[in-house]
Amino acid sequence: MFDSVMNVINNFSIPFIILAFVAFGLYKKVNVYESFTTGAKEGFTTAVNIIPFLVGMLMAIGIFRASGAMELLIKIISPVTSKLGVPSEVIPMALIRPLSGGGAQGMMTDLVTTHGAQSMIGRISAVMMGSTETTFYVLAVYFGSIGVTKQRHAIPVGLLADLAGLTMSIIVVKILF
Amino acid sequence: MINFIWAGLIIIGVIVAAFTGNMEAVTNAAIDNAKTAVDISLGLIGVMAMWLGILKIAEEAGIVEKLGNLLRPILKKLFPGIPENHPAMGAIIMNVAANMLGLGNAATPMGIKAMQELQDINPEKDTATDDMIMFLGINTSSVTLIPISTIAILTTAGSLSPTEIIGPTLVATLVSTTVAIIAAKTLQKLPKYSSTNPLRNAKGGN
Repeated sequence: MFDSVMNVINNFSIPFIILAFVAFGLYKKVNVYESFTTGAKEGFTTAVNIIPFLVGMLMAIGIFRASGAMELLIKIISPVTSKLGVPSEVIPMALIRPLSGGGAQGMMTDLVTTHGAQSMIGRISAVMMGSTETTFYVLAVYFGSIGVTKQRHAIPVGLLADLAGLTMSIIVVKILF
Repeated sequence: MINFIWAGLIIIGVIVAAFTGNMEAVTNAAIDNAKTAVDISLGLIGVMAMWLGILKIAEEAGIVEKLGNLLRPILKKLFPGIPENHPAMGAIIMNVAANMLGLGNAATPMGIKAMQELQDINPEKDTATDDMIMFLGINTSSVTLIPISTIAILTTAGSLSPTEIIGPTLVATLVSTTVAIIAAKTLQKLPKYSSTNPLRNAKGGN
């Protein structure tokens, strides 16, 4: 039931948005085709503008992850986090989440498969995945698209939001299930 | 901050690799990820062009502006730097709405459009404004109502009720979005950040 409702929403929303905008544009006597191509022209430059920012960020993240520094970090912080009641299995995923969306999703899939989709660890990792974002990727893409390099407090804000999401995932799952 | 984090990832990575013997893996990761970054960026061209085209129609038809004005009374506290009738507000609303519905491929172009509109009212083009950081904070706190891909993974892993995570995810997201808003509003007042605010001399941008 839920799946079919979701499918309908998924399949209909994008065509519906496009239809609504184009039809309303015509009604407002906009030269819709001309407007579309004018806007679309920016697609190329925008995507190309992002390249240097994303190359820089993904390269640094790749070096860090492949070096084994992550495992070292986990060894250092896990005694503290386990005292706080955080299952040690979810720590690697929580740490990778702001750096790599694909990496975190892979780890989540692994945790859910190994421990069971309705286990405490499975549920925590799933809620973590849904309530946080790949902060470094988002910042690289969005600031990259407009060429902003002085990001001021953007990273602290993004990481605090991630930390809140990760912490709340554990608390909420432990209370609810 | 970004300088230290970026350099830190590289320096720590290379030093640790020297001890763990992962130097070859580090070399490959750096090169592979650089290539991946270009693939991702170039892969965005089509979908980006499509949505920026559609959004241009929306903008010229006045949809973006109307949407912005509709929710402006609520949102002007969060984004005090956006002038009345400016399309930035509407673009932000569209991005957040697309994110909530889980329309990832529409959300990114809309978010970039919002950033471009915010850049339009930014007097220092290389420096982020308070409004940009607020927008990204809300964005990175994840405002997804229904985490579709996570639910799909749970279904595959044999969960009998994969949708049971929607409620908890929503609660965690609400808290993290609140934290993002409070953090953005608090940090922008610190001398270090308020002195670099591009709109520090402008009316309306505190």
